[in-house]
Amino acid sequence: MKQTQVLVGLASCGIAAGAQKVYNKMSGLKEADKLPFELKRTGCIGMCYREPLVEVIDSTGSFLYGEIDENKAVEIIEKHVKQGEPVKEYLILSDLFKTSDNEYVDGQIKVALRNCGVIDPESIEEYQARGGYKAIAKLVKDNVSQEDVIQTIIDSGLRGRGGGGFSTGMKWKFAYSSKSESKYIICNADEGDPGAFMDRSVLEGDPHAVLEGMTIAAYAIGATEGVIYCRAEYPLAIKRLNIAIDQAREKGYLGKNIHGKSGFNFDMYIKEGAGAFVCGEETALMASVEGKRGMPRKRPPFPAVSGLWKKPTNINNVETFANVPYIILNGAGSFNCYGTEKSKGTKVFALTGKIARGGLVEVPMGMTIRDVIFKLGGGIQGNKKFKAVQLGGPSGGCIPEYLADTPIDYDSVTATGAIMGSGGMVVMDETTCMVDLARFFLDFTQKESCGKCTFCRIGTKRMLEILTRICEGEGKQGDIELLEELAYHIKNTSLCGLGQTAPNPVLTTIKYFRNEYEAHINNRKCPAAKCTKLLTYTIIPEKCTGCMVCAKNCSVNAITGERKQPHVIDQSKCIKCGVCYNKCKFEAISLT
Amino acid sequence: MRIKRIQPDVAKGEEQKKEDLTQVAAIINKYKGKKGNIIPLLQGTQNLFGYIPREAFIMISEEAGIPLNELYGVATFYAQFRLKPVGKHIVKVCHGTACHVQNATAVSVALEEALGVNDGETTPDGLFTLESVACLGCCSLAPVMMIGNDTFGKLTGKSAVNIIKEIKMKEKN
Repeated sequence: MKQTQVLVGLASCGIAAGAQKVYNKMSGLKEADKLPFELKRTGCIGMCYREPLVEVIDSTGSFLYGEIDENKAVEIIEKHVKQGEPVKEYLILSDLFKTSDNEYVDGQIKVALRNCGVIDPESIEEYQARGGYKAIAKLVKDNVSQEDVIQTIIDSGLRGRGGGGFSTGMKWKFAYSSKSESKYIICNADEGDPGAFMDRSVLEGDPHAVLEGMTIAAYAIGATEGVIYCRAEYPLAIKRLNIAIDQAREKGYLGKNIHGKSGFNFDMYIKEGAGAFVCGEETALMASVEGKRGMPRKRPPFPAVSGLWKKPTNINNVETFANVPYIILNGAGSFNCYGTEKSKGTKVFALTGKIARGGLVEVPMGMTIRDVIFKLGGGIQGNKKFKAVQLGGPSGGCIPEYLADTPIDYDSVTATGAIMGSGGMVVMDETTCMVDLARFFLDFTQKESCGKCTFCRIGTKRMLEILTRICEGEGKQGDIELLEELAYHIKNTSLCGLGQTAPNPVLTTIKYFRNEYEAHINNRKCPAAKCTKLLTYTIIPEKCTGCMVCAKNCSVNAITGERKQPHVIDQSKCIKCGVCYNKCKFEAISLT
Repeated sequence: MRIKRIQPDVAKGEEQKKEDLTQVAAIINKYKGKKGNIIPLLQGTQNLFGYIPREAFIMISEEAGIPLNELYGVATFYAQFRLKPVGKHIVKVCHGTACHVQNATAVSVALEEALGVNDGETTPDGLFTLESVACLGCCSLAPVMMIGNDTFGKLTGKSAVNIIKEIKMKEKN
């Protein structure tokens, strides 16, 4: 009989939820009683809303437990591992019966995430046991020509998963056609979009897939050196990448004469980013690798002709590279059988915000937004009303509820005014103010603008000022038109993607939620009751206990009342700071 | 929400504290003459002190042969680099989209009040530096903050303040 396996999901968010403690507890129990089971760490299992996750695989099948703490871990070891009795109360997924969490898993197809949450990311043997490094070995053994490798990638229909959506095979072809003695492969792991974490999960859960993908790209275009540009905010990803690189070198999968092929030399190193969103843009990224300020430059020349250190360079995103070994090993047909006519394959999305089941999902292209949010994600938290979803981060846009049947593919999403982006999907309910959200994104892009192009540098600042004014109840007639005009000029006069897309969140919210802007400007009201300056604070007498906390904290003495008697807010004195609302322990302050 | 961390001039009368620069020499030796070395040099120096002291800039410039303005240009471009000393614990409150939607502002406001400092400032006892950062990548646990290498999720203003209080208690003992 095979030994029972216990897997603990130890990616960053699992650890944040307490998974390391669970792992240590189980490890202690195993040591103390010399228990005959195998305890393993693994990457992101994807069901982030149930973290920490523990999976037990015994002779009868697989059992996934959710929301496990140290006490529950002891129970699982005692009952399930020792006595073979699954602990039903904590089970969320099992081969034996259906649970509500099955909806989250059904409909997903895992290509890029095929090994995440299955293997130990710090073990090259486990990656190989799942077919790892077979793709590159096959290319070397059969002496497949570079053109054929590139043609397979073109045929698969794989498009850049970082946001651009450009054909990966075509990109490789350009870099292959450039003649040079040295060429570079860069993996863009500078995942800066707030609300997206799929690249981190892939790097933490399956680093070897990225290394193999990069090695295949190097084979195809004839590159000798690789760079992984990874955010310094992802310490665990960097640690696991370093382990993976060392293991690959030891096995002869990186270095000189890879897989025994003489003259096939390729090695790589990790470059830690220093915190600049604009470095996700390829020319800025290369400037940053060269140690300069990360400012984009004009294209052409494209990186495929003159990139890092003026040599031909091919840059792809983490998720793109993770797909490559699968395509090479299983053929283009295994990938392009999924998806729509122009958007092939699967895409990973980070489902976050006001969603019931948030986490990482990988679905075939062409699934509708509604299906992702309601079927997989289980709808909105607390039975509130679904209002909109933000796709593509600060460069993307808000798609309203009535367009939720839009299929998710590059072209359909672009038609709504949003972009696919890297796959962050932030779900919003009726309590989210769309003007405030637009202001939030502008605040981000305005701070992250590198300052090279005038309209991006100053225009975003002016747009932010207008939006802030509107949120504070000082909006003027003509503000919406002024925002649209500025947006138009910023889009047209910026050099790089950051500026060209920075106005998208504002434009899409104006397009779909113009009434909210008008309510702020004309009626001085925030329909979502979010913008504090536009609210009226009143005390609900039935709920007020007369504890006097609000009165003590009110900086303008607008609240009066006797102890143990309901208090009253003098509206003429109230400056709408919101302190009373935050201080009240009895929810006695109403916002209208 | 990135904040201005750059104070170009040391205020009059306020001398920066003297740091022991002997270890910087090792970093300079490691990267001297290598292409693309400015960021690793600065990152290495910051790892030693938690910020980049003025004298370290001058030392790197002179010994690695990089113009001071280039070093300063790079240091002020990236959010990671600090030019002022920081507290023992850096409290990073995430203001990514998911955290914003889940009311990260309340967490920041509560922490500002509890610590008595504004965003980007250090407490007078030198224990805490409060910072707002863009996404930490733990969106499903929003709102999130990170202290040292520990991440805390599903926060409210109150629970965030309690975590700070716990650290304070530990420091006292």
